[in-house]
Amino acid sequence: MSDLRVVPGDLVPPRGERRHLLSVADLTRDDVERLLATARSFSVSQERETKKLPTLRGRLVINLFYESSTRTSSSFELAAKRLSADTLNVKSAGSSVDKGESLKDTTLTLSSYDPDVIVVRHPEAGAANVVAANTRARVVNAGDGKHQHPTQALLDLYTLRETFGRLDGLHVAIVGDVAHSRVARSLVQALELVGSDAILVGPPTLVPTGLAPVSHDIASIADADVIYVLRMQKERMLPGASFVPSLGEYTARWGITPERVAAGQRVMHPGPMNRGVELDPRVADSPASLITDQVRAGLVVRMAVLYDLLTAGPVAVEAAVGVA
Amino acid sequence: MLAGPVGRENIVVRGGRVIDALEGVDAILDVRIDNGVIAQIGELLDTNEHRVVDAAGRTLVPAFVDPHVHLRTPGREDEETIATGTAAAAAGGYCAILAMPNTEPVVDDPEIVRALRTRAETEAHIPLGFFAAITKGQAGEELAELGSLADAGAVGFTDDGHPVAAAGVMRRALQYNAVTGRTIAVHCEEQTLTRGGHAHAGAVASELGIGGWPSLGESLMVARDIDLAADTGQSVHLMHLSARESVDHLRRGREAGVCVTGEASPHHLCLTDDAIRTLDPNFKMNPPLRSADDRAALVEGLRDGTISAVATDHAPHALEEKETTFEAAPFGVVGLETAFSALYTYLVEPGLLPLETLIERMSAGPAVIFGLDRPRIAVGAPANLTLLDLSGSWRVRADRLRSRSHNSWLLGERLNGRVCLTIAAGRVAFE
Repeated sequence: MSDLRVVPGDLVPPRGERRHLLSVADLTRDDVERLLATARSFSVSQERETKKLPTLRGRLVINLFYESSTRTSSSFELAAKRLSADTLNVKSAGSSVDKGESLKDTTLTLSSYDPDVIVVRHPEAGAANVVAANTRARVVNAGDGKHQHPTQALLDLYTLRETFGRLDGLHVAIVGDVAHSRVARSLVQALELVGSDAILVGPPTLVPTGLAPVSHDIASIADADVIYVLRMQKERMLPGASFVPSLGEYTARWGITPERVAAGQRVMHPGPMNRGVELDPRVADSPASLITDQVRAGLVVRMAVLYDLLTAGPVAVEAAVGVA
Repeated sequence: MLAGPVGRENIVVRGGRVIDALEGVDAILDVRIDNGVIAQIGELLDTNEHRVVDAAGRTLVPAFVDPHVHLRTPGREDEETIATGTAAAAAGGYCAILAMPNTEPVVDDPEIVRALRTRAETEAHIPLGFFAAITKGQAGEELAELGSLADAGAVGFTDDGHPVAAAGVMRRALQYNAVTGRTIAVHCEEQTLTRGGHAHAGAVASELGIGGWPSLGESLMVARDIDLAADTGQSVHLMHLSARESVDHLRRGREAGVCVTGEASPHHLCLTDDAIRTLDPNFKMNPPLRSADDRAALVEGLRDGTISAVATDHAPHALEEKETTFEAAPFGVVGLETAFSALYTYLVEPGLLPLETLIERMSAGPAVIFGLDRPRIAVGAPANLTLLDLSGSWRVRADRLRSRSHNSWLLGERLNGRVCLTIAAGRVAFE
């Protein structure tokens, strides 16, 4: 098992102020250690026959999703349920959003139910900040436009820690459509926070400068510990904007094939993947792939985030695990 | 070309520091106004029966002219009206403003110009001029009736907010505009480069994941329009410049003798794209806030006269339109009431721009571009005067703004330099 290297003093979350998780920039290194340690505790609880913990009984978690999502929405819902919280799932389709209700008004409406946490996903940067400004609940950003997706970054760090036994000194090649990726933006910040680094690899039209070192040559993934493959997000490209000539040309130059993965390298993908486009199915299904580990980590990390925002810290985790 | 109230007030402004660099004045003097016209400038003037304004410790300057204001009238009177917009302008030290034509409907018909000018006579707090569109409906295709619009009193032409994309249409407009004697003002944006852009295409937008609006999106159009001005021999005014490359093009064009002028806005002169990190929609403008280097180029351009006018691009938006995410919010901020104080605080006090230069760029500079009489402190000139308290400071508060909209990037900020009194066209418009 990996070394948690957590000193007890690090495990106490800041008291008093109402906290949110809007951006990786909100986190300190201590916060990361505390959250990963809490997630680890929950992963132990998830190996038991009775997986439900009573910790957040009577609390209300609202999942407010303005974009389609499978793993993020399902893992937040399951995380809340495994902690015995009530959940309310609101999707923009079929809700008052369809009738033109503003984000502010939807937030005010849902806040009338006195939720403890609002988890929000939205196609525009800063949406979670707008929600936070209009509610007394804690707010978790589950993805805002191309801006941030902090719980994804945390679950990726959790996966790295479980796999490599450490977080520092890792070299991660992030490959693909970085420009449209909130996952990439959050991950670059998170890696920097824990002492690892990233290189961004992909077509010049899809890799912005200024975030991390950039390469347009797929050969530059050779010395990475991890190849982090991004989805080609077709739905984010405006009509008529031709970022790459074709998906076929993209796959030929930047697709992750068995030939491009060196021995010992591990492969990650935030999902959903386009098999055969950015990632060869032979790689996705190989032992080098950490993709299903990431999904499992998503559940326990989101449990840890909900728990951390609503309670006093990991001492209670031990108690909670004991009760179950 | 201006419409609005004209006064015949009798006032003596006593003992202020009077600055009008173009008239060669900088001294402690009295200024006597008879029937709205400056009658005498000197020491210890007779007050007669005049109202006396004690200006001791204060600074009297030519009042300001804003060549770029959105009054939202007709169509969006919930955001601004002729009355509220001109009241805000008077409070900012302005004696004249020029209103943009991107209203609902667009000002592209002589009847609309005449109707607005008639309304201004009774509703406005200071004189104002109305731009008309270059093309019908600002659609960039057919020329509006430039001659008839000028005859109806349009102060100039612009498709602000909607650049004339087709070079051929822009060239025709410039050629034909020779008959009107008015100036064509252009919003420089190559929209195939800026579509989906909400912020300067730089490191901050990359980090935030906000779509980029690159400097090239502006400078490419600046270069085109300077070349078109050279080709047609007509004048072009470049509005709200934001990028270093644009300032460089403008400087070269002017040195080559092209009839081209430029303006810059307080927010671009005071801020950089660092300010958008909060994702506060009150920092979302078009063109966007750019890098420190771009800001430095704008300040240098304003200082050396390459950019000869400050323009607020006062763009009121309803509260509900800005109470949303950065990407969903409309572009634009209000600026009339804060322009002088912001520039005084951000540029003059730190030593980046002399006070005299700021006054000139806010007053004579914009007036001259549009063929208006420049406000001046000289005997025989109509009284267009602003009294400033340079040692005073004030906090910008939404509930104190006269504008109907409060989308200011300065809310809550303390600014130095305060407008105490504005005399516009011989009439006290603000005190």
